[in-house]
Amino acid sequence: MLRFGVNVGAKFGIGQAVRRAEDRRFVAGSGRYVGDIVLPGMAHAVVVYSQHAHGMIRSIDTSRASAMPGVIAVLTGADAVADGIGGLPPYFMPADSGGPPGYRTIRPILVADRVRCIGDRIAVVIAESERQARDAAAAIDVDIAPLPAVVSPDAAAAPGAPLVWDDCPGNACFTLAFGDVAATEAAFARAAHVVALTIHNNRISANSIEPRCAVGCFDPATAGFVLHTSSQNPHGVRKVLAQSVLHVPENDIRVISPDVGGGFGMKADAYPEDAIVLWAARRLGRPVKWVGTRSEALMGDNHGRDQTADAALALDEHGRALGLRLTARHALGAYVASATVAPITFAMRMLPGVYDIPAVAVRTTATFTNCSPTGPYRGAGRPEACFALERLMDMAARAIGIDRVDIRRRNLISADQMPYTTAVGVTYDSGDFGAMMDRCLSLADWSGFPERQRQTEAKGWLRGRAVTSYLESAGVFNDRMELRFDPEGNVTILAGTHSHGQGHATVFPQLIHEWLGLPYDKIKYIQGDTDKVAFGRGTYAARSSMLAGTALHAAAQDAIAKGRTMAAQLLDADIDDIMFADGQYSVGQGNRTIGFADVVKAFYRPIGVPGGLSLGLTTIGTAGGQSPNFPNGAHVCEVEVDPATGAIHIDRYVVVDDVGRILNPMICEGQIVGGIAQGLGQALLEAIVYDPDSGQLLSGSFSDYGMPRPDTMPLHIESELAEIPCKTNVLGVKGVGESGTIAAPPTLVNAVLDALWPLGVTDIAMPLTPARVWTAIDQASKRGAA
Amino acid sequence: MKMTGEYRIAAPRNRVWDAINDPEILQHCIPGCEAITRNTPTNWTARVTAKVGPVKARFQGNIRLEDLDPPSSCRIVGEGSGGAAGFARGEATVQLDADGTDATVLRYTAQAQVGGKLAQIGSRLIDSFAQRYADDFFAQLAAILGGERDLAVAAAVQPEAPAPSAPHVPADAEPGAAVTRDDRPDASFPASAAKRFDSQSFTIVVLSLLLVFMTVMYALKP
Repeated sequence: MLRFGVNVGAKFGIGQAVRRAEDRRFVAGSGRYVGDIVLPGMAHAVVVYSQHAHGMIRSIDTSRASAMPGVIAVLTGADAVADGIGGLPPYFMPADSGGPPGYRTIRPILVADRVRCIGDRIAVVIAESERQARDAAAAIDVDIAPLPAVVSPDAAAAPGAPLVWDDCPGNACFTLAFGDVAATEAAFARAAHVVALTIHNNRISANSIEPRCAVGCFDPATAGFVLHTSSQNPHGVRKVLAQSVLHVPENDIRVISPDVGGGFGMKADAYPEDAIVLWAARRLGRPVKWVGTRSEALMGDNHGRDQTADAALALDEHGRALGLRLTARHALGAYVASATVAPITFAMRMLPGVYDIPAVAVRTTATFTNCSPTGPYRGAGRPEACFALERLMDMAARAIGIDRVDIRRRNLISADQMPYTTAVGVTYDSGDFGAMMDRCLSLADWSGFPERQRQTEAKGWLRGRAVTSYLESAGVFNDRMELRFDPEGNVTILAGTHSHGQGHATVFPQLIHEWLGLPYDKIKYIQGDTDKVAFGRGTYAARSSMLAGTALHAAAQDAIAKGRTMAAQLLDADIDDIMFADGQYSVGQGNRTIGFADVVKAFYRPIGVPGGLSLGLTTIGTAGGQSPNFPNGAHVCEVEVDPATGAIHIDRYVVVDDVGRILNPMICEGQIVGGIAQGLGQALLEAIVYDPDSGQLLSGSFSDYGMPRPDTMPLHIESELAEIPCKTNVLGVKGVGESGTIAAPPTLVNAVLDALWPLGVTDIAMPLTPARVWTAIDQASKRGAA
Repeated sequence: MKMTGEYRIAAPRNRVWDAINDPEILQHCIPGCEAITRNTPTNWTARVTAKVGPVKARFQGNIRLEDLDPPSSCRIVGEGSGGAAGFARGEATVQLDADGTDATVLRYTAQAQVGGKLAQIGSRLIDSFAQRYADDFFAQLAAILGGERDLAVAAAVQPEAPAPSAPHVPADAEPGAAVTRDDRPDASFPASAAKRFDSQSFTIVVLSLLLVFMTVMYALKP
């Protein structure tokens, strides 16, 4: 079933554009972030970072710093070793799920011997004030004997390259390969057309509006730690800190992630600073707070992307794809951090995307470099896959001489092929990719392009356009949601997921309101505290609508079932005669009814235990084991390019997304538009730049790292949602958090290349800054003149 | 980063040579220089107090002269650490050629490597500071050598004009710049594009090291 637009349920229920409950406190300045936390006796930590990309620490002189005013302690890696403090392992490795072996690193929270990237943590100063700590940190003299550094994955893989880890030859951590090499080679051998290109997905920074921060506390009476940290995944942080760093039972650590100002995957795992504040708090007997600066974030946060790939597409004489081949090098940075294996895997497994390609062979090598670790960043591997595929499609259309829309129509997987299993073994349950593209073309007035092009050319500019399709894979692992009902008949949702911009405090109450009929504004929502929420896996990978939604559905069904037993007693009827609809239990279709809230109250009667039931009502739902869902859609972008300056103006941007069952269209569109902004940021401006020789970071502030601004964006992004319910989860939902980020880069780049095609420009590496665009035009004109 | 530059100084070669080897003259020429100490004929220490915007700070640098070939050339190697602000290392080859009897053309090739915060947040600011300090340095040097105020900072300044058919040079490319920089293929990243060293920066190491420290201090200002 395909529907454009939204199926609307109850008021405040499913499909309603309910305004976000959390926004009032955010816009009024009454949000509570980690940086807002002030505790009695709290001291302040400032970290000293390595200024060398690679080198041996000869000495760390802390004597001047220790003597400075307000300084309470200066700690180094040697102190951490002496205290038995461990380091941070990867969240998982391919070998953990039956994949190939790899080189597993442990990142020390403070490096004692060998630094491997700019931003390796070397020492920490704890002082009475942040200013005093910062002054003292500047007085620590670290003497490092530099070693040669490698920056790009290609350089790291070259023979004789410096080794980031001496016992990891070729800097190759692991290699993943999927598909059928022989079948793919055969497809290439018989192809009428082959197009190939080498692409680099630029290394970028998540740049959450709230930098990472942490407050650590230790209570000697209970030997218990409390960590307030700006994280997407508090239980995950607790696990790694307990098991790998502090070596204490998990229930000795309480992790609280209150309001969090954006994560984008970057905040999905523990960082050295999380461990440092807990360790320092235990040593000093005082709460310790660390608040990262923007420059520290650009340097020390896990980065995204940084993949180089050789991609090729084989087609028959009609433009039908026969085979797809991709060989990639994905930079890990100096450590295997967080869930970085996920984007590397997704970039391979999701490569075939929306197209029916019979033979596929993909291979990637995760490569160590002397840079900050990479990790998941919004889209996490799907943008890399989509970029390669959509660039190849445009190239193929031009090589064969057919229309770029036509070549896609000839290759899109059709709705009647569903369920469809790709050549690398991923099964899509539903989708109508052609319908998404057609609708997007129509909304964008694709056919009116020639007139607009004439107008643009009249002012001496160039106009280009592109249409792309994307496919996302949403939802990983399992999760748990809890409904805690209270004596007044109200309910609190305790979420295992963690909203840090996704609007869960709005959407999950919408679901409960729809299912149980309880008043929307009486439904409370709690997340992000390991002492309140028994367990959960946090939010990333567009997972929460499906996993939390499904778990919440199970908890609600359990509540309805338990309530039915109670209602049968209250209505003095046989349980099999009790019906539940619109928040009311009734006997058959009759008029003997009781509301759900009144049934809940009966669970709290002061005397006795109602037959077979417990005192109080709490239900727990779990979700897991479903296949992921596959949000998809189409983007159209039209750009104008000023050939004199290389400036790009995005004239129109239209997107149609199949997000499955729509829970809140306003939040869906917010997610999509925000994602497009981040995708355009990668395409147009953003780049973490290291000096290729020294490994020095050159983009350590917002004067050097280009973020998208309002004037970067199109005036309006036209977004339309389509509902093709997912068949593999009970809600029919598909994820929405990463979609925009996936398709925006190839759409923008293909549109710019379309504009510059008449000038002979065939490729520009992201980001498409005016300087790069101008240089490409200049070089093409010189080639043309020669 | 790699920089080259050329200046014409209205003084005979011997005088220029003596001047750039004279701690006292250098001290006068370097803005904010408190002392240059010649520990040995080829090993010097410089102390500079610099005020950039609201920041006033003192820096220390070590300089070594090598491959001395008076009065025509020498190589100057220096390094210094600004603590948390970063570090810099560099070397410059300076060549003096007589231009008639009463003028000298000074050419230099310098390579500097900066690290830490200096590289991360200073790179955009270095150009303009280096330019100003180089100008100040030469103005002072000229004044001392000849009493002339308007020192020619011209010579070999060949603007890299765009080909007639090419589009206009983007505004941030400063096409008139005299100094060339070793442009790597990636030089058009936003950061490194801005770093293109188009300014005239005289990097006798005393300068290059100290200037970048000041840049850092500026960038670090609260």
